[in-house]
Amino acid sequence: MNPQPSSPPEIHSEEFLRLLMRRQLRLSCACAAAFLVVLLGLPLANYFYPEAMAQRVFGFTLTWFLLGIGFFPAVWVIALYFIRRSIALEESELNSVSGSKSAAGK
Amino acid sequence: MHLDPYIVVFSTVTVVATILMGFWAARQSKTASDFFVAGRSVSVGWNASAISGEYLSAASFMGIAGMVMSSGYDALWYPVCYACGYLFLLLFIAGPLRRFGAYTIPDFAEGRFDSPLFRKIAVCFVLFIGFFYTMPQMKGAGTTLAYILPGLPYWAGVVLVGSVITLNVSLGGMKGITLVQAVQYWAKMFAISVPIFVLMAVYGHYGKQLEANSTSAAPVSGIQVATNPVVGSMDMVTVPAGVPRLALPEKAPKDATWISPFGPLTTKAAKAAKLSPQESRPYSLLYTYSLIIALVCGTAGLPHILVRFYTNPNGVAAKRTTMWVMILIGIFYVFPPVFGVMGRNLFPDLYNGIGAKGTDKIVLELPRLLNEKYAPLGSILSGITCAGAFAAFMSTFSGLLVSMTGALAHDIYGRMLRPNATPEQRMRMFRIGAVLLGGGAMLAGSFVEPLEINFMVGQAFAIAAASYFPLLFMAVWWRRLTMKGAATGMLAGGLSAVLAISLTSFSTLALAPGKSGELFAAFKPLNTYWAAHPLLRILCEQPAIWAVPMAITLMVIVSKLTANDIPANIRLKMLVLHAPEKLGLKEEYIQEQQPAGH
Repeated sequence: MNPQPSSPPEIHSEEFLRLLMRRQLRLSCACAAAFLVVLLGLPLANYFYPEAMAQRVFGFTLTWFLLGIGFFPAVWVIALYFIRRSIALEESELNSVSGSKSAAGK
Repeated sequence: MHLDPYIVVFSTVTVVATILMGFWAARQSKTASDFFVAGRSVSVGWNASAISGEYLSAASFMGIAGMVMSSGYDALWYPVCYACGYLFLLLFIAGPLRRFGAYTIPDFAEGRFDSPLFRKIAVCFVLFIGFFYTMPQMKGAGTTLAYILPGLPYWAGVVLVGSVITLNVSLGGMKGITLVQAVQYWAKMFAISVPIFVLMAVYGHYGKQLEANSTSAAPVSGIQVATNPVVGSMDMVTVPAGVPRLALPEKAPKDATWISPFGPLTTKAAKAAKLSPQESRPYSLLYTYSLIIALVCGTAGLPHILVRFYTNPNGVAAKRTTMWVMILIGIFYVFPPVFGVMGRNLFPDLYNGIGAKGTDKIVLELPRLLNEKYAPLGSILSGITCAGAFAAFMSTFSGLLVSMTGALAHDIYGRMLRPNATPEQRMRMFRIGAVLLGGGAMLAGSFVEPLEINFMVGQAFAIAAASYFPLLFMAVWWRRLTMKGAATGMLAGGLSAVLAISLTSFSTLALAPGKSGELFAAFKPLNTYWAAHPLLRILCEQPAIWAVPMAITLMVIVSKLTANDIPANIRLKMLVLHAPEKLGLKEEYIQEQQPAGH
């Protein structure tokens, strides 16, 4: 699927490691950022908009509903996205070096 | 209060079944490597249940409900962060560590820095964190036994349960076997969810129960809570929502502070300093953030959690397992707060109790209410929650005792004190170590009765967050980290967190009546100091907000100063940590580690 680069990277090269770490860290940080916005944003919302967060939803206060129930599915979505993407990332990393490996393996 | 036969029968069956299952499973697999290899043939569903079963301790089963009842909204951060910390672990640490092939944090510490010395330092923290984590389990045991056998003093319950588990571990039962742990997850899930559904069907659902608590400080017309809050009075007051409710005793927090954010849990220090509610809000916000950091980062640093990532055939299965773990524990964590909410409306008597007689036992006691209408259903359901509580603290305490004793016998005795000990000597040391550590845990456990279960687990998480989390995070993502840098940061962060936490806990214990108060009387003056300096009190009680950044900063500074010590083959190490497992680099790495020469 992925077009092979004209010269596949050497596994032990500096460039390959840098590319590997940068791509993984970017994915992890993007997911962590989404998570942290929700996690760290809720106390801020409680702090600055106490009335809005105290509105009743099915008997719960809004903030209780979000924290006690709504939080878990949100985290599942982030986790699912991360897992899908990181498996795909590993596949493409594998594909990008497989050429060079079989050549060097002999 | 009399002995309830249903509760005794259910609890006894659980204890006996747990011990028998442990011995049966221990016979199936003799060595530590069996444990891992056996795990690798296990399906994703079983493995996910086992991880979840190991994770849900007395804090999850009893402590959350107790703390939600006593402190309200703020306590919800605990279950949420216990579950969400797993995400952080998944994003930054689980994958690389799995590829590296280090089974425990000490293994990783040694492999990443080629330093046996660093391994020893890391082992000491296994003992530290494990010790802080066993104390709340002991409180759970003491509380449960004091409930089941009325009249039994708290410490006797701690010693009884502690001795049974210690004996069990030292005889070789209770290894962390996948099947046992998986069964225990479902037992706990059943024990927490079935009683709560029955209770909600009878007394009104979760939202309705919460609706009975007003958000405004002024009493709402129509809700007239009984004028004379006599302890044990049974005048049910029905509020507009249609939920029956008992009068709250004096000691209970008021509705508005209980249901709203920044309530009793986070304002305690500011209140002691006599600040106005408006002035204390920034302090509460700080407390909340520090708590979140401790719980989220601490999950990633808990020594007994990481091991389980290896019990999967490959990386893809490991990731799928993690997804299921997050779903399983997420669903579980919806239920305990419901007990706390219902307990506030239906069982406010517990606000008057202290220690083992306080809110920590709400999960056990609440189902008994059903006896008023449908005897003996209440006793049966209460027996089921007691059985769940036994499963919770027995599995966690045994697991911790096994890993702590392993560290003591294998690392401290086998590697440091007597490197050429025979296997028999090590086996004997394992038994002696189990008895020593079990005894220490029982002793410490009998003094912590005044502290809440959940609070103590939070403290253990804070120590893990300040020591292991910076180590793992930096070692995986920053290649210029040196052994000296990592050790300095981990020791400084971890030890200062231990110190700060101990100071606040000692000063709280000094105020408690009874022997705990006498023992820690020397720390009493500290409370006057805290009252004058609420900010310092918060920073000591919840140290993560400064200890985690401090540890990371120290790691960077010291690593820069000792840049010559970066391991020579660092590029290969980082490659093993980050390259796909299918490239088979781990093998290559291990071969290179073999001593040269033939």
